[in-house]
Amino acid sequence: MRLTCPLCGPRDRREFHYLGAEEYLRRPAAEAASAAWDDYLHNRDNPAGETRDLWYHEAGCGQWLLVTRDTVSHDIRKVELVATLKGGAK
Amino acid sequence: MPKLIAKTPLSGLWPVTHRDLSLSEVALDRITSVAPFRGQEKALAKALKPLGLAFLAPNSFAEKAGVRLVWTGRDQAFLINAVLETPAAALTDQSDGWACLRLEGAGAADVLMRLYPLDLRAQVFAPGQAARAGLNHMASVLMRTETAFELLVFRSMARTAWAEIAEAMQHVAARRAL
Ligand SMILES: [Zn+2]
Repeated sequence: MRLTCPLCGPRDRREFHYLGAEEYLRRPAAEAASAAWDDYLHNRDNPAGETRDLWYHEAGCGQWLLVTRDTVSHDIRKVELVATLKGGAK
Repeated sequence: MPKLIAKTPLSGLWPVTHRDLSLSEVALDRITSVAPFRGQEKALAKALKPLGLAFLAPNSFAEKAGVRLVWTGRDQAFLINAVLETPAAALTDQSDGWACLRLEGAGAADVLMRLYPLDLRAQVFAPGQAARAGLNHMASVLMRTETAFELLVFRSMARTAWAEIAEAMQHVAARRAL
């Protein structure tokens, strides 16, 4: 498996650390209802098809990446820098 | 105060040679991490100008009169062997944190491709190109000059990197001897 880091280019899977679902980008406010926190922390879909998750380019540029991939075909559709997403960390 | 004698990260090791391949240490005077503050790119360009250098695109480095600037991450580069003073960027002294190794000679790319998951053939990874990539399990900054590969690893891993490259050199040299 390879990911094409928007900064570093195509790289081997072993350079990356997997965090988990894209949901981690949408942290509820501290006072949000516990159901929102439950969703944020625990509840995940397990799609057969397109999924979006976060990977860290650990051995490369040190950036968080949002990866859109297909769990059926193993296609990597898109790799984006989290830092430059709308509403992402600057 | 007594004057202390600084040792380089790989002091005490002789260069390793196998056939045409040679591994040696490059002693660097100074490494400074340069991370431009937001909106300060122009001011930084001005500060770099006297050095004859400009801030870099990813995966590249530039050198002028022995001073090198190498891309090391998003909005970050290492300035090697020069002093920079500017309020336009966060400047962090990294001098004692890294070791620099040079591998040269025919087959150098073959040696490093045993350790890096990268295509390092000259037509893909040309002189002037750089990469942040894993040398086996170690973080590193790899650069290709006109004549050699030069790479930075954390000082604490200098001897491990040295040993692993030396072993790969031996294997590549043995194959070439067949
Ligand atoms: Zn990267």
